[in-house]
Amino acid sequence: MTRKLRNITDKLPPVIALVVLVAVWAAVCGFGSIPSYMLPSPGSVVKAFVSDFPLLMQHAGATLTEAFAGLGIGILLAFFTASLMDRFSPLYRAVYPLLVVSQTIPTIAIAPLLISWMGFGMAPKITLVVLTTFFPITVGLLDGYKSVDPDAISLYRSMGAKNGLIFTRIKLPSSLSYFFSGLKISASYAIVGAVIAEWLGGFEGLGVYMTRVKKAYSFDKMFAVILLIVIISLLLMGLVALIKRAVMPWERKGAKES
Amino acid sequence: MSTCSESVVLSCENVAKSFDGKMILQNVNLHLNRGELVCLLGQSGVGKTTLFHVLAGLYQPDEGRVLLNGEDVTGKPGKISYMLQKDLLLPYMSVLDNTAMPLIIAGKKKKEARAEASSHFADFGLEGCQKQYPSQLSGGMRQRAALLRTYLSSRGVALLDEPFSALDTLTKSAMHRWYLDVMRRIELSTLFITHDMDEAIVLSDRIYVIGGRPGTVTAEIVIKEPKPRPDDFVLSETFLRYKRRLVSLL
Repeated sequence: MTRKLRNITDKLPPVIALVVLVAVWAAVCGFGSIPSYMLPSPGSVVKAFVSDFPLLMQHAGATLTEAFAGLGIGILLAFFTASLMDRFSPLYRAVYPLLVVSQTIPTIAIAPLLISWMGFGMAPKITLVVLTTFFPITVGLLDGYKSVDPDAISLYRSMGAKNGLIFTRIKLPSSLSYFFSGLKISASYAIVGAVIAEWLGGFEGLGVYMTRVKKAYSFDKMFAVILLIVIISLLLMGLVALIKRAVMPWERKGAKES
Repeated sequence: MSTCSESVVLSCENVAKSFDGKMILQNVNLHLNRGELVCLLGQSGVGKTTLFHVLAGLYQPDEGRVLLNGEDVTGKPGKISYMLQKDLLLPYMSVLDNTAMPLIIAGKKKKEARAEASSHFADFGLEGCQKQYPSQLSGGMRQRAALLRTYLSSRGVALLDEPFSALDTLTKSAMHRWYLDVMRRIELSTLFITHDMDEAIVLSDRIYVIGGRPGTVTAEIVIKEPKPRPDDFVLSETFLRYKRRLVSLL
């Protein structure tokens, strides 16, 4: 009971902040100090969201397909790269700086290149998602592999464990929480990455729809898309948290102090 | 129980080990008899843990050899296991799976390994904890689980590197009593690293003093008091006599 109460009071400040923000926004629009074609009121955004819902879902489907495909490939690639880099330390030293540098290249700059190389279909979008999601997961996994206590590895080696077993039974499970931290970031990057790629050219997707409504100066619809992207990103991050809970049951069992 | 005439289970002969040209151990000779508890006592940095790594087969010594029941096991891991101050239980495995790990590494089927590990839980005071995660156990229980894991991988010989030094004094003396009792019941021979003189005198049949640079065995003391030793042994004149001798040697 008290725990439930605390749960509610914990969530109160962010909810209040959000309500205040929306109220200020509605008030500014209501007093007519900003013309409605420049800043639509919260009410009209919701209205646009509802009336455009079928169309929004159709575009969201395309964006989600790209995001999931890209994230899936990104995870596999990250897993493969991180495991190889961990196994062969010269490779780690050679590739790690490159990985970091690759992250300083602005996404917005590669996207048009990808489109001119691969066309207006899904391929450049998926590629961009792979590029943006790959890094956080790789770094997470590498940190996870490195987090294993060398004494634990010595101990299991003294029991006769070989490299394969040390990897599957110790390094991999030990790095799970690092992997999920990376995945949480990557999940939100995946949606944003797909939208940015769609912006620069394509046939369907939330980014494509965004450019269309922007050109028509339908800012209420524009805001509705932004709202949808926020909701989708939050849902994806929530999904990652749910999967983490299911995969790592030992994290939930309360640690007892000795 | 403490004479050298009994059968030797583990011994090392003329072991030397250096790192980057710096001699850490030189001319180390020692042995462990069946059922004995022998302490290695010495200051930090004298090479005790390096010696354990050699005995466990993790390091190949520059010179000398390690014999387990007469078999040359120099540089061969998987024959003798050791336990460190940290319990190193894997947080994502149940206590049962943690303790069954050495059996799985040795090639046993999961079901068999679990059954065998589980059959020792009562002896190690862990009954009922099989399905719990290590984080749910107290410090003393985690250490006992780690000891069970060591026992299941050690085939009768355990190397313990300061296993009780992270525990508080009361838990520590309870663990000492429990360990001596369990050792007797499961016929375990133990080589034990400590820098705690009192612990060494209370537990040991013999004490090797390790010292010098490079490190070597500088003295051997036999503690003749019969086991189990009474609780007030630490207050006795005999205990103090041993301690004075050790202080003069260290």
